[in-house]
Amino acid sequence: MAVNRIIEKQEEATQVEGDTQVEEHSIVSQDQKFERSPVSSFLGSIWAIVWKDLAAELRSRELVSAMLVFALLVIIIFNFALELDAKTRATVTSGVLWVTFAFAGTLGLSRSMAMEKDRGCLDGLLLAPVDRSAIYFGKSIGNLVFMLIVEIIVLPVYSILYNTNLFQPGLVGVILLGSIGYVAVGTLLSSMAVETRTRDVLLPILLFPVVIPVLIASVKASTGFLQGLEMSEISPWINLLIVYDVVFTAVAFMVFDYIVEE
Amino acid sequence: MQAKPRLLTILDIVCVVLMIIATGMVFLYAPEEAVMGNVQRVFYFHVSSAWVGMLSFLVAAVAGIAFLRTARMKWDVVGLASVEIGMVFSFIAVIMGSIWARPIWNTWWTWDPRLTTVTIMLLIYAAYLMLRAGIDDPNRRARFGAVYAIIGVLSVPLTFFSARLFRTIHPVVIGTNQPGSEGAFDMTPRMLQTFMFSLFVFTLLYADLLWHRVRLGELANKVEQLKMKVMG
Repeated sequence: MAVNRIIEKQEEATQVEGDTQVEEHSIVSQDQKFERSPVSSFLGSIWAIVWKDLAAELRSRELVSAMLVFALLVIIIFNFALELDAKTRATVTSGVLWVTFAFAGTLGLSRSMAMEKDRGCLDGLLLAPVDRSAIYFGKSIGNLVFMLIVEIIVLPVYSILYNTNLFQPGLVGVILLGSIGYVAVGTLLSSMAVETRTRDVLLPILLFPVVIPVLIASVKASTGFLQGLEMSEISPWINLLIVYDVVFTAVAFMVFDYIVEE
Repeated sequence: MQAKPRLLTILDIVCVVLMIIATGMVFLYAPEEAVMGNVQRVFYFHVSSAWVGMLSFLVAAVAGIAFLRTARMKWDVVGLASVEIGMVFSFIAVIMGSIWARPIWNTWWTWDPRLTTVTIMLLIYAAYLMLRAGIDDPNRRARFGAVYAIIGVLSVPLTFFSARLFRTIHPVVIGTNQPGSEGAFDMTPRMLQTFMFSLFVFTLLYADLLWHRVRLGELANKVEQLKMKVMG
């Protein structure tokens, strides 16, 4: 909205200019403005926020490293809790993986929002003349990248530790779809949880009951790919994941304004 | 403070009378089910409470949308009231279901889609109440509550659908039944009448409770404002 207003003002300014100067000049400058249309400036501000998150993470490395170590610890705990021998592994691998991703994910989500809140960065972001939903998408994509990094490292480690081959394109696709759904809701809810008194404790309580469809579908689809089931048995779960991703991204896009509103 | 509306008093009395009639119908008018016996009588109130639970969470989401659009505190009070009532009725439905399931399924609990969904639904709205409890600013509490009520109600059907892709044993009395469900039966006309009447009475009871709870919420808001005035 703010961006639109600024562009409109610029347009007015050039209009006045165009009256006094040569016609062609104003046409040229208007063409230039159309190149920086609202869509590309929207994408530009999303990219700026993602870049900010990545740059901050690249310097501190506190978020991904914490998520990663935590994820590995969870996998090790599972080793003792479930006696992961060759027979059980075939059936529970995807379950173990998704529980790990879900737990590590909450850690990342709450930290990523708490960082914005603690240092007053969120207020800075809100003051910036960009659409509020650009902030939501920027933070979501940042969180998604962190989650995917953790997943990319956890998968080979799990493969080596438990001698299972996890490198299948289908599984990677499921992990991507599942992570998108998880992060779409997670980013929205973490920006709510960060404003409450109980904060980090509240995020998993808010998030887990709502992302259960994602977890069920992801576990089922991953198991399907790992056990080499036919596509007709896996596709309902994939469809469910896609529906979830679309619905909740759209809803989060619509309601995010009300969450950061002051 | 306005006095209790006359209409509300009438509604209270009507609810009490109809509730007694409904109970009478369940025990005296409806015939005993041939296979399951008397325990089947739990069905009428069980489905009715489950229906009220669903309805009230839906109302909470609609109130949430209304609040976000209009920013009127009244809608927030309605949303909270509806969630509280919905939790009570869903819980009643779960308890009654367990009482029925014990002799019929030979277990108090099973991870059937409906049971799973209702449990997760209860957890969502427990989280809703915890979220509200953690926020001091009334306006922000209302906005966050509205957003969470909308998200919650959207995820419930997806949870149900994903749980349903697993095998189910819960009987579907209305609509087509799936093979493998246990404890299904066909309703005789008397049963159907009792069932419809229970649904109607419970819906009316919901409206009555909602009205009371909304009045209570509005009074609580007023007390809060007065307190602020005195303290400040």
